[in-house]
Order: sequence, then structure tokens, then C-alpha cells
Amino acid sequence: MTPAPAVIPAAPPGQARIAVAGLSKSYPGAHGPLLALDDVTFDVGEGEFVACIGPSGCGKTTLLHILAGLMPPTSGMVRMPSPGPGRLPAAVVFQGISTLPWFTVLQNVEYGLRLMGVPRQERRERALDHIRRVGLLPFRDAFPPHLSEGMRQRVSIARALATDPQILLMDEPFANLDAQNRLLLQEELLRIWADSRKTVLFVTHSLDEAIRLSDRVLVMSAAPGRILMEVQIPLPRPRDFGTLRQDPRYGELSAALWDVLREEVLKGREHG
Amino acid sequence: MRHTRWLAVASPIAFLLVWEGLSRSGILDARFVPAPSEIARTLGAMTRSGVLPHHVGISVRRILLGFLAGSVPAVAVGLLMGMSRPVRAALMPLVAAIYPIPKIAIYPLVIFYLGIGEASKVSIVALSIFFLVLLNTMAGVLGLDRAYFNIARAYGAGTLGTFTTIAFPGALPAIFTGLKLGMGFALIVIVGAELLGSDAGIGHLIWQSYQIFAVAAMFAGLLVTAVLGWLATIALDWLERRALPWRA
Repeated sequence: MTPAPAVIPAAPPGQARIAVAGLSKSYPGAHGPLLALDDVTFDVGEGEFVACIGPSGCGKTTLLHILAGLMPPTSGMVRMPSPGPGRLPAAVVFQGISTLPWFTVLQNVEYGLRLMGVPRQERRERALDHIRRVGLLPFRDAFPPHLSEGMRQRVSIARALATDPQILLMDEPFANLDAQNRLLLQEELLRIWADSRKTVLFVTHSLDEAIRLSDRVLVMSAAPGRILMEVQIPLPRPRDFGTLRQDPRYGELSAALWDVLREEVLKGREHG
Repeated sequence: MRHTRWLAVASPIAFLLVWEGLSRSGILDARFVPAPSEIARTLGAMTRSGVLPHHVGISVRRILLGFLAGSVPAVAVGLLMGMSRPVRAALMPLVAAIYPIPKIAIYPLVIFYLGIGEASKVSIVALSIFFLVLLNTMAGVLGLDRAYFNIARAYGAGTLGTFTTIAFPGALPAIFTGLKLGMGFALIVIVGAELLGSDAGIGHLIWQSYQIFAVAAMFAGLLVTAVLGWLATIALDWLERRALPWRA
């Protein structure tokens, strides 16, 4: 075994960003270790919205879970901002089950603050403020099982933002939504993001989603996941999805990314 | 639909009427099988005299105390076993070995240790539901999606935080399943224990009535036990709805 991997929590002051270098992750398998991530290196700058895209099973979620501190890397370095008082270094919006069904919307949004020990009054105010921003104020006392999937993901986004994180980690948060609701939530996310300008790492398997939302796209290979290329998205903000689609650059970017991704998806199919 | 509901009301009434008729006409020996009207009369007399409320009160108190004494530690240990693999590995063989023993068979031993008083009655109820609630609680935690635990950890929950915000509320539906199953067992065991060795309670009342050949009073005791079980189910259902508003 290699020595304990270095997850260095301290970041240079005033520079909230992610730095990942030489990151690898392998799982124990029946026929020796299975490599999930292979020498992944990238940076996310302050206030940058970066999308990470790759075929299913390429280790995107593993990468995000390592950044969230849910699992240790096998080797390599991860640098995340250090926690501040009443503020999380990184908050996660999960895919699928992202809310706690036994808590109300308000309790769900308060959850991170409660665990941080934020006083009751302040925590309520901050939570209600973010519930209002995602338009769920009338539903603050409802339980997630009684809400739609789109509303549940809004709750999840509100919970993440209520902790005032330096980084927002999003793991295919809209994957279980129908196409229309997905567009609506993407628009909403961009609107909220424009206010806070958080540093965002957004994992997705949708090309369109990546181009619409992000400043830069990281393309990952089929398993084991490596960063194949980085593409800047020079589309102007604020982005209107209607006019975006007519922008010739949108088509070019989409085609260029698909060229790379297509091969990886096919590779992933052969192995999967 | 309306037809079947009507039948559900009509069949018990018809049953009672036939019974009443058979008993009055002498086809059934009223000394062995008293008529429903006779049982009702006895029930009324026993209630007015205070005998029945006294015994029912004692049994209910034993069940309630036993329920508390059994379920609280059962939930705590069940949550621990659900959350920690080492704890599970250490305790599971013990639980699996003791769980299938009919708890009424342990009663003589319990009397031997705790005496014939209230402590032995409360303990046997506690013991009879402990393993049921424990196993259901553990299964409830084990059945929880990992995603919930990931949410807790991603937002910085420690062991205690995960315990109180994920494992316990998540296992609560399963805990209620355990409590409801346990209620049936608690009734069986308390009446059994009172039959075997007691100076009060519904079981004792039935046994005492047998000894003086008061057959109607025995039937009255059975009826009260049935009603008690029914009320307990209603109470637990109510409690469950209050405790699990997100399930409604």
C-alpha cells in the first residue's frame, strides 16, 4: 500500500478554489484492485463554474465524493479551502436521493447549519432566505416525499447554499428530471449562481447541460477516468437558453465535445 | 363493495344471535357455554363492582411499563447494531440464540430472580418485546439507502449526528413495525404470566374464575383481553401517524 494520501485542507488565503493533482483511486476487486480514477489533475479557479463530463461509470461521482471528503483517494493530492466559522468549505448537491424524507423542507435546508452549530435563530433566517430564493417558501413545512423531484432538488440546492460554502459540488443533480424541468432548474441554478458567484464543480453526463451552464468543461475518459481535455466555453453571460442554441459557437462546441465523448462512450460500452 | 361491508357487520351479529339461541334453548349447556347476554351481564356487574377495572388497570400498567423498559434499550442497541459492523458481529449470535426462546418459558427463572411481584411481570413483558424491537430497528437502519449517510457525512455529521438525524428517524417506520408485533406478544406473555403466578391482572382473573367455576367471568376476561389488544393497535397506529408525518 502507498502511504496515506495527502488531502491538504489549507488553501492560500482568499483563494477559494479546488486543486487536484495526480489523483488516483482504486477499489479492491475480485481480481486485484480496480482503477476508477487515473492520475487526474485539474484546478478550479475562484468563482469559476466548471462542468465535468464523461460516460457513465467513468468515475465522475467517485471524484466528487473524494472532493466532498466522503472517501479518501488512493494517491495524489486534493486541496480544498479550509472551513470558516458558520461556513462549509464545500457543500454537495447529490444525485437521486438528495433530501432527508423525515425532515421538512425547512429542516432539510437548516440541516448543514444545524450540524455546524449555527444558533437556532440565525439558522432559521438563513434557511428561509434560501428557501425563498428557490421559490419554495409556501412549502417550507412540507415533507420531501410530498414534493416533486424538481422541488426536492431545489431543496437540496437551498441546503447547500445556506451553508455559504466556498465551493459547490454538484453530482448530476438534475439527472432524474424530465427534459422540461431540467431546463427550468438549469436556468434557476444560473440565476442563483449569478448572485453568489460560488466556485462550482458540476458533474454531468449531458453535453448540453455542461455547455449551457459552465465556463469550462473537463472531459473525462471511460473507466479508469482521466481528464482527456479541457474546453473553455466562451459564451456570454447571462445566458438565455433560447438564443444560446442559435449561437454558432454552441453547435461547434457541442460537435467538438461530442467527437471526443463519443469514442469514450463506445469504449465504456465495450468494457461495461 | 357495500355488500361486503354489510356482511362484515352482519356475520358477528348473526354468530352472537345463533349462540344466544342455542344457549337459551338448552342445546348448548349454559353452565359450560353461557349465553352472550349472560356474559354481558357479568361484564357489567364486574365493572360496577370495580373488580374488572382493578385487574385491567394492573395488566395495562404492567404492559405499559414493560413496553417502555423493553423498547427504549432495544431501539438504542438496535441502532448501534445497525450502524456498526463490529457491534453487530459481537451481539448478533447472542440475539439469534435468545430470540427464538418462548419468553413465557423464561418466566419461572424471572420469578426466581425477581420474586412474584410487579418487577417480574414488567420484566417478562420487556423481555418479550426487546428482541423483536431490536431486530426490527437494526433491519430498519440496514435497509436505509447509503445516500442518506452520505448526505450526513458531506454536511459534517459525526457519529452522534448521524445517529440522531439519519439512523433513528430513518429506522422509525421499522421500529413501529417492531412495536406493533411486540404488542401482540406482550399481551400473550402478560396474560400467561398472570395465569402462572400472580395475585392480580386479567390472567389472574381468568384463572380465579376457572377455579370457582365462574364460566361467564372467564369469557368476560377473554373479551376484555381482545378489546385491550384492539385498543393498543389503535393507540400505536395513532402514535405512528404522529411520529411519521412524512409517511402519510
